[in-house]
Parts: sequence; structure tokens; C-alpha cells
Amino acid sequence: MEPLDQDLDESELELPAEPMQLKMGPAHPAMHGTVRMMLEVSGETIVKCDVQVGYLHRAFEKMCERGTWGQVFPYVDRLNYVSPMLNNNAFAMAVEKMLGIKPTERCEYYRVVLGELARICDHLTCNGAMAMELGAFTPFLWFIKARDMVWDIFEEETGARLTHSFGRIGGMAKPPTKRFKEHVRAAVAGVLALVKEGEALLLSNRIFIDRLDGVGVMTPELASAYGWTGPCLRSTGVAYDVRKAHPYSVYDRFDFDVPVGTTGDNYDRFMVRLEELRQSARIVAQALEQMPDDGPVMVEDARVTLPPKDEVYKTIEGTIQHFKIVMEGVKVPAGECYSYTEAGNGELGFYLVSDGSGTPYRVRIRPPCFIITSALHHLIEGGMIADIVPTFGSMNMIGGECDH
Amino acid sequence: MGDLTRTHVVEGSEQGFATTRFQDLLGWARKYSLFQYPFVTACCGMEFMSFASPRFDMARFGAEAPRFSPRQADLLWVVGTISQRQAPVLRRVWEQMTEPKWVLAFGTCASCGGFYDNYATVAGIDKIIPVDVYVPGCPPRPEAVIDGLLLLQDKIATGDRTPGIIKPRVDPKQGQLVTLRTPADLEESHAALEAKVKRLGG
Amino acid sequence: MSKALQQKLTARFGARILAATSQHGDEAVVVAPADWREVHLFLRDDPSSQMQMLIDLCGVDYPDREPRFEVVTHLYSLTKKHRLRVKTAVGDADGDDAVVDSLLSVWRSADWMEREAFDMFGVRFAGHPDLRRILTYPEFEGHPLRKDYPAARTQPLVPYREGAGVQGKLAPFGADEGMPFGRQTHGAPGSPEVN
Ligand code: SF4
Repeated sequence: MEPLDQDLDESELELPAEPMQLKMGPAHPAMHGTVRMMLEVSGETIVKCDVQVGYLHRAFEKMCERGTWGQVFPYVDRLNYVSPMLNNNAFAMAVEKMLGIKPTERCEYYRVVLGELARICDHLTCNGAMAMELGAFTPFLWFIKARDMVWDIFEEETGARLTHSFGRIGGMAKPPTKRFKEHVRAAVAGVLALVKEGEALLLSNRIFIDRLDGVGVMTPELASAYGWTGPCLRSTGVAYDVRKAHPYSVYDRFDFDVPVGTTGDNYDRFMVRLEELRQSARIVAQALEQMPDDGPVMVEDARVTLPPKDEVYKTIEGTIQHFKIVMEGVKVPAGECYSYTEAGNGELGFYLVSDGSGTPYRVRIRPPCFIITSALHHLIEGGMIADIVPTFGSMNMIGGECDH
Repeated sequence: MGDLTRTHVVEGSEQGFATTRFQDLLGWARKYSLFQYPFVTACCGMEFMSFASPRFDMARFGAEAPRFSPRQADLLWVVGTISQRQAPVLRRVWEQMTEPKWVLAFGTCASCGGFYDNYATVAGIDKIIPVDVYVPGCPPRPEAVIDGLLLLQDKIATGDRTPGIIKPRVDPKQGQLVTLRTPADLEESHAALEAKVKRLGG
Repeated sequence: MSKALQQKLTARFGARILAATSQHGDEAVVVAPADWREVHLFLRDDPSSQMQMLIDLCGVDYPDREPRFEVVTHLYSLTKKHRLRVKTAVGDADGDDAVVDSLLSVWRSADWMEREAFDMFGVRFAGHPDLRRILTYPEFEGHPLRKDYPAARTQPLVPYREGAGVQGKLAPFGADEGMPFGRQTHGAPGSPEVN
């Protein structure tokens, strides 16, 4: 960074004629991510913008190469930390794809329910934070209250409010608790009620609508050229949702709609998220209906499953198997694969390369919001400075994921 | 409350008035009017949002007023991982704050780097700026944060600037560590509670 | 579905498609760096392929191979709903001379991904107008995702504070300890893993 008080010549103290340089971030109050923008402005209009990311680079990919396959889970939690469960599912699915394992029926449903709950959290947080940055503090509190209700379920199920590390290769860490279905049904009803209230406050607010409508417009062609996925792509009218286009897990068994926008502006992105939240609630309801009440949530596969504790303590085979899985890691056959799921922000891909050992050779994450943010400069150039805030908010840039 | 045990209420006048040391009064006033600057970078920020929202409500502790300029703030919350790239920014934010200033490291990453022991991150913000209170946890539960905030307020009141970390609390009544209660204890307290309810109701 | 695409590519480019593989249901082709841009352009524009999206572009480091780096792209077609992986290999053993054509003029999403691959591996993309570091800072030396970059070597931008208890705060074990079996560091042969 440049020093705070530069030694300037007298002549330089006069404001330069156009264009003027303005630096926004990385610790800007209206930017909930950590991003820095170098703006060139002419009056209030932005002529040129350089978006700089990387302020939260935590070397995710390097850290993965240092532990076992199973030890990656805590790190994926902290990628998109608004919806950790979706990341857990995505990574578990990727490794299972390489191992050729199919999770049990109950586990699939369990993953779907928890994953969709995480998606609800994600959209609540994104919309709430965006509203707050535009000055609407009350809906934010509403949405966070709703999110806390979902977090209560996660706490009940996984033991952690936010960073669960609950996925396992080949299943989930624990079966659902006894009153899981009851709790989820109650919470989702509560969340929807709160969302309705919060939404009513926002959508009848002229100022809020005016700041979103027609701002930050993206065309479908450009959006796909920029590699956009997820709610941002759908807001432009392209109905690409991995859950529909390439149904993974058990998503082909549910009846849900893919909401799309028409103009690809901030308002569309906001509304697509709101609607998706309702669709997620629909999926959750159906999944709870279909989910078997008993059965294992972990596959029976000596390569990945830890033997029951009883065996570990009493038999030598059990001890050895436990030791090998924990100390050497799950042995993933050599090769490479790309596995993709629909996460909160779009297509979350994992490109894995294994050399046959218990440690990943390379874990490449395809972070959806890194790629979405790469088009941010396009949306804000030509706009006003004040429009940066809603535009940036509606992209849902999550530092941990964007900066790896 | 500061060291208000040393406060003397002087009898005699109509309303009575109190004397205390100026420093104590100042500390007491400061601890309930913390103007905070949240330096939110990562996942801990999600928990920070929860902490600020109605359920946990940090306004109860006189620390809810955020100031989005470090120059007007006296409590710096460092919430989340600080990368090497972010470090100069953090350092400058801290330099801009006016004295007296306090720093609270929120979460394991800010306290010691957590499990990101790699080329990109700073292993603990205390390598860059002095820290008053560390709140461990990844992310810390809101209860832990409240505990940390209370600890900070104690330190402000007493003028203690040594770094502190939240730890098992000492029950002020008994002067011993609060231990987990046994089922028998619980039953006892339930019985006591019921008796109280009856008394109040009757 | 992408099998047909592989055949189509082989028919069109012949021996310039160095390999066509399929594993775990993912189809991949390998091309020479010289054909990199042409193949991608073909994949984007050919009516049987219609890859509108460059989903991902990344590097992989194999220190004991020559050429050393693999550059990998994943393509997706919104209309045809098929995917393909394209790979090429560049760079000598020291990691120099890793140059491949930029795909920025084919898909705009290549912009940041190429910058990232450059930052992490030091692969240069010829024709990229703005190849700066993106995740690390300009003062950073070396390329962190190369296998011979020690994971724990930090390059601080601000001097650390001095004093008791500030400097000595290190993990109680070394980087090569703790996981005697599982922690394979994949270091380049002979390269010190810990500095
Ligand atoms: S302590 Fe944990 S939750 Fe907090 S920023 Fe670090 S990794 Fe994220």
C-alpha cells in the first residue's frame, strides 16, 4: 500500500483534472467482502474500474495437498462460509465419483435436506446484507433471525452453528437426530413467514426498488461468455441450474421450478434469490416426505468406512483398518475427475487429481463467485458510484470462495 | 463496575453525592460506550452478524454503535483471517484510531492463524498490532463473544492492558471455578425453582 | 455424448489431438500448446460442439515430468449440455518457458482464470493484455502452488512486532511432522520441503 501521507508537491495538491482516481476498499463498510476497487471517475460516473480480489487468499488449494482426503472437509467449509453444507456435499460427491461409491438412499436425502437449508441461509444472508447496505436495516434483522432458526437445526444435527465439517467420504458423519423432520418442518415454516414480512417491507419501498431496477444490467450472451452460473446467470434469463440440467444425487425425484429473470439487473438477481429460497423450501418438504426413517447414512465399504468402535477396540483387523483410514487417509485411485454441483452461487466444481495415495495431489476448486466477480467491472463501468453498493451486494461475493 | 467499591457516598446533603477516582469514573464511562469498528474479513463475520442481530443483541452491552471510520472508533473488532495482503490495511486502520483504543481478536484466525499455517496468512494479528482480548473458536459462539466483550469491559474499567483470553469463569459468589452441575444438583435447583414459582403465584 | 465430440475432434485435427481419454465419465483430449487456441475456437464455434462456456481453467504441476505444467480447461455447452476437458503441457523442469496462447479472445471468463494460473504456477499466457498477479500481492516472489514452494514460507508486507511472546508463536511441530504416513508433500525430488 502507498504511504498514508505522501510527500506531495504543492502543484500536485490540486485535484487532477479528469479523470479522478478513487480507491474503494478493501475495508469499506459497504463491502461485506474484502475487495478493492480502483475507480476512475468523471463526476459521479465511473469511467474505468479495476476490481482487485485476493485479500482473503488463504491458500486453500495448497493446504489440501498437505493432509489426507478426509482432512479437506474443514477447509471446504470455509470456502463459501454462508452455505458450508453445500460445499461439504460437493466435495464428498467429487471424491465418491473417483472412488465409484454411491451413497446410501437415506444419506442422499439427508444431504439434500441439509444442503437446501444451507441454500436458504445463503440467499437470506445475501439479500439481507444487500438490503442493509442500502440502508434497510430492519429486513436484515428479520432475515438474520430467520437464518438463526436454520442454524439451530444445523447445531442440533451437526454440533456446530456454522462450520460443520459434517460430510464424510461415502456418507455423513452421523445419522439424523430423532426429531429431525419435525424440527425442519417447523423451522422452514418460520423462515418463510419471516421472509414474507421482510419482503413486504422491501418490495413496497419505492427507494429500494428504484436503486435496484435497471441497475447493473447483464445480457445472457455476455453472462455465459463470462462463465456466470447460478442465480446471477438465471437472472439474465438462462435457465441453467445444475440440479435440473444434470440431476445429481436424488434431485430428479423432486418437483421444483427454476426461477429466471428477464433483464439481468439487480432487481432480478434479488428476486431470483427470493424465489429460489421458496423453491428450496419446496424441495425440503418433498425430501422430508420421501426420506426413509431408518437405514445407514454411511456406505459399507472397507476402503472408506471406519469400522464400528466395538470392533476397533476388540479385534486386530478393526484396529488396523481404523488406523489405516485415519493415518494414511482414504486411498483414492490415481486419475482425475471433475465433479460439479449447484452451490449457493452457482456451479461449484471440484477438479481432483489423485496419484493413488491418501493425500490429494491437486484439488482445484472452481469457485462460482470468483468467476462472477470477474465481470463486476463490466457492470459498474458507466454507472454511478452509489450504484456500486447494490450491484456488488447482489453478486453475493463471498471472500473465502472468491479468493480461495 | 470499575473499582466502585472504593466509592464513598457522602451522607449529609439532600441527595447525597459520591466520590471516586477520576480514572475509575472514566473507565466506567468508557466501558459502556464503546464505539466499534468491525474489520470483518471472513467466515467469522457471519457469526458477527448473528451476534449483532436481535437474538444475541450486543446492544445490551453498550457496544452496538458501529462507526464506519476508524478515526471515530475506540474498539477494533478483527473478525476473520488476516492475510499477508490484508495486513498493511489492518495496520493502517489501527494506526488511524485515536487513543484510547482496544483491539479484540474475534476467532481463532485472528488470534493465532488457526489452521491456515501457510504462506498467505498472518499467524495471529498480534504480530502486527497489540491485542487486548482473544476470543478463540472457529467461529466462536456468540456466548463466547459476549464473554470476551465483558472481559474487555472489565479490563477497560481497571485500566489493565495485558492481553487476556476468555477462560472458565470464576463464580464471584463462591470464588471457585464454575463446574458442570450433576443431575442431582439440577433436580435440586428445579425443586427450588418450583417452590419459588409456587410462592410467587400463591 | 462427448465421445462423439472426441471423434469429431480427431477427425478434424487428426494427429494433432495427442490423446483422447475417458475416466469416471469425464472425456478429455490432450493437444499441443501450439494448437491450444485453435482447438478451443473450433469447440466454441462448431455447430456440433457449441461450447458457450469456459467453466474452468487451471494449472497442475508435475515437477518430475517434462514439460512440467499441465494447463487444463473445462468446457460446457448450455445448448448441447455436454462437457469436455482439454489439456496441454508446457514449461521445462525449472518452470520457465511455460507459455501458451491466451483464450481471452475466445471467452471473456479466461481473464481472471489465466491471471490466477499465472499467479499460482507462473504459466504465461501469450496475448493476455493484463497478466498481473491476482490472489497474491505484486511483491510476492515465486509461485505458491508449485510443488517446490514451501507451504509455510511467508513473505510479510509489514514488519512483525517485536517482543516476548509475539515472535515465538509457532506451531509445536514442524511442517513435515504430525502426519507420518498420510502427509505426503509431493515435493520435487531433492527440494527441501521446509525452509
Ligand atoms: S476462525 Fe474459523 S470461522 Fe473464523 S475466520 Fe478463521 S476459519 Fe473462519
